Amino acid sequence: MFSLEGLTAMIQNWLAANFNPTMVLVLQCVIVILLAITLFAVLGLVLVLMERKVAAHIQIRLGPNRVGPGGMFQTVADTLKLIMKEGLTPDKADKLLFNLAPFVVMMVGMLLLAPIAFAKNFQIWDLNIGVLYISSISSLSVIGILMAGWASNNKYSLLGAMRSGAQIVSYELSAGFAVLSIIVFTGSLQITDIINSQENGWWLFKGHIPAIISFVIFIIAVTAETNRAPFDLAEAESELTAGFHTEYSGMRFALFFLAEYINIFIVCAIGATLFLGGWMPLHIGHWGGFNHLMDYIPSSVWFMGKTFFLIFLIMWFRWTFPRLRVDQLLDLEWKYLLPISLFNLLLATVIAIYGWHF
Amino acid sequence: MIQETEIIKDTTHLGDEGEMVINMGPQHPATHGVLHLVVTLNGETIKKIEPHLGYIHRSIEKMCESLTYRQFIYVTSRMDYLSSHINNLGCALLIEKGMQIEVPERAKYVRVILSELTRIASHELWLGAMAMDLGAFTPFFYAFREREMITDIMEDTCGARLTMNYIVPGGLMYDIHPDFQKKVKAFIAQFKSKVTEYEDLVTNNIIFQSRTKGVGILSAEDAISYGCTGPVARASGVSCDIRKLFPYEVYDKVEFDEVIETAGDSFARYIVRVKEMNQSIRIIEQLIDNIPEGEFVGKTKNVLKLPKGEFYTRVETARGEFGVYIVSEGGTTPHRIKFRSPGFSNLSALNHMAAGSKIGDLMATMGTLDLVIPDIDR
Amino acid sequence: MFIKDYISDVYNGVTSLLKGMRKTGWYFVHPKEIITEQYPDNRATLKLADRFKGEVVMPHDENNEHTCTGCTACELACPNGTIKVVTKFETTPEGKKKKAIDSLVYRLELCTMCNLCVVACPSDAIKMAPTFEHSVFDRTKLTKILNHPGSKIKEGIE
Repeated sequence: MFSLEGLTAMIQNWLAANFNPTMVLVLQCVIVILLAITLFAVLGLVLVLMERKVAAHIQIRLGPNRVGPGGMFQTVADTLKLIMKEGLTPDKADKLLFNLAPFVVMMVGMLLLAPIAFAKNFQIWDLNIGVLYISSISSLSVIGILMAGWASNNKYSLLGAMRSGAQIVSYELSAGFAVLSIIVFTGSLQITDIINSQENGWWLFKGHIPAIISFVIFIIAVTAETNRAPFDLAEAESELTAGFHTEYSGMRFALFFLAEYINIFIVCAIGATLFLGGWMPLHIGHWGGFNHLMDYIPSSVWFMGKTFFLIFLIMWFRWTFPRLRVDQLLDLEWKYLLPISLFNLLLATVIAIYGWHF
Repeated sequence: MIQETEIIKDTTHLGDEGEMVINMGPQHPATHGVLHLVVTLNGETIKKIEPHLGYIHRSIEKMCESLTYRQFIYVTSRMDYLSSHINNLGCALLIEKGMQIEVPERAKYVRVILSELTRIASHELWLGAMAMDLGAFTPFFYAFREREMITDIMEDTCGARLTMNYIVPGGLMYDIHPDFQKKVKAFIAQFKSKVTEYEDLVTNNIIFQSRTKGVGILSAEDAISYGCTGPVARASGVSCDIRKLFPYEVYDKVEFDEVIETAGDSFARYIVRVKEMNQSIRIIEQLIDNIPEGEFVGKTKNVLKLPKGEFYTRVETARGEFGVYIVSEGGTTPHRIKFRSPGFSNLSALNHMAAGSKIGDLMATMGTLDLVIPDIDR
Repeated sequence: MFIKDYISDVYNGVTSLLKGMRKTGWYFVHPKEIITEQYPDNRATLKLADRFKGEVVMPHDENNEHTCTGCTACELACPNGTIKVVTKFETTPEGKKKKAIDSLVYRLELCTMCNLCVVACPSDAIKMAPTFEHSVFDRTKLTKILNHPGSKIKEGIE
């Protein structure tokens, strides 16, 4: 069966045999760039359609089903429409920041692609502080949002951007603590180490109570970080202020829209890596036969399956719950999630020291 | 000259501490209809709300002065289009009272069943729309599935789904469809099985509760002084159900409770309407098996003329008390008609309820007021 | 005590959310519950209620005869002047002059579907038909003449 595992090694060897070392590096960079852009485009297409279809089935109706078989080309049609729209810049807006903001948000998404392992041996950059890199780069997205709100020269855009910024900065704390509790179990920040340590079972099952609590907190925190419902007050349509991307239209709006879905994919990929084992198939303890059977399914399929399951979970949240008001949102974080995650970290440390996990 | 500039300066005075005046314009996803709210904000807190009405004023009252007593009833369907049967019933009751027309029992039973079905349909739509305002998009579709069953029943019997024009002075326009009882019973069974869905998704949801509890409080004295009726007043503890206090048709023969809550906040208004739906089901269950045989319309003259004088009737629509007042000079058309719309008085309490709260609470408060703007603007 | 309230708060909150999720999840895995009617594709099997008020028509039987006497009761009953009855005089076989209907002009764009004309007609000449696809590109097509050309009244109707 086709698997991505040997692909990188194969290409690396072929390039090294045919070109001099600097050229190899340059060509590798070019290949990575092309793959990243393709991934973004395909993901955008798939995720937008998935959201609409999931929403429709929960709401007892059919989703888009006219453009292409089963509505497959709906996003293509939407993208064409957005490209043809007039991209309006408000009169007194700060032109440089206004045009730069969507790109900053997209750049954060692209940078975060680097440490994610899509399959065995299929990772762009396996650095030894992988998780720290992820936490720090994801904090940079606040800059893009604040830039968008400030440069729009619209009082209510700014208000929405500030609210969004406060929300993201607060929920990063809980997400960080949730991630830390898994690091306490693994003992290393490197992504490959984390995945390899899940060879005899995913941390969600091995780390029982603290891992489950961390998982729940992590899912809630990343839903808030990516401004998804029920935490999407900043961009809600039926509220007064339409949020930081009010003044954007046309292609720039499409970039914000796309960046939101890419962010969801990336945080779900991180969640899948840390809690559900990344590309590691489901192994139970040392049951050789079962594990061997699970290994037949390629690792890329495992990774994508887990990530899309988490994405489905986040979409399920959106279509079930009403929105939280902004003060209730911050209440939830500082009064409930943070104390619980601190306590959870303590619990995880105690369990890791005494070896009470599986 | 000096006076004019002084007046202009007054209206453009923005207030100290940089208060901002914004329009929740006539076209807005959350105001149900064309309602223009001028909101004065201080940062995030609301200082004052001023509704500007009239965007859908169609001069219905003036129009009715040139229509005969049989013809003007269809217009009231288009005022509060979610309780169209009940509006028609109010007008028919007034003419029957004025001309002393006998209504057969069969017609009375069917009229009450249709009114209660309309009330349930209106509350279903309100539930879906309110949940959608607060961000939960799914209960809207579940509520519409039940409402679809009711509109199917209406389509079979009356021929139309929204503006039904089926109730005439004297009874009904034509007899009910043979499948009427069967379909209503099927609807009751389905509704009872789906009531837990609304509870799971909306009522017991902690996010919904924290968004509506303690928000938009209206005390009983304020409710009476603003003239609020219907679920808005009943949630503040004021007992004002016309079906209990001034029973008409067969309401004195059926058993049902008047739902009263005392908290006066948005959650109480929500609970009152949900419980009212259950009470309506109870009324329909008592009546559906016992529709007497007989005529469906009483004997009336061909041309109706109300005697000279003033007449007033009130009915309980899904929004509150709907009153019809006719001044007649003895001719075939009314000399002056006035409709007392429930939404108008409920809307006047919005400033009192929402001033001092945050913008996010405005949506919850307006959602629970259940405004239908064509009813306010006639 | 505070800890107990805190924990029970969290527990109740989480369970209420999970119950809601179970309901929507149930609908997701039961696609049979979908009630959407895919309208333009299902015209062949679409069935409307018999009494649906789509437009006013004058039924003609197989001899192209209708029962309208030209009494203008419908025109008087209509609240907003949608119907206009144009009458003519024609001679009966006995030699008397009788009023008969020339054309019944019905303007669909004004009709409110209130059914008062149907109820007012003493000879059941008009009724409501359940057609609902009325859109045209040219507004003059909405002014319809209800009696077919060359049709005449049935015998014995007064």
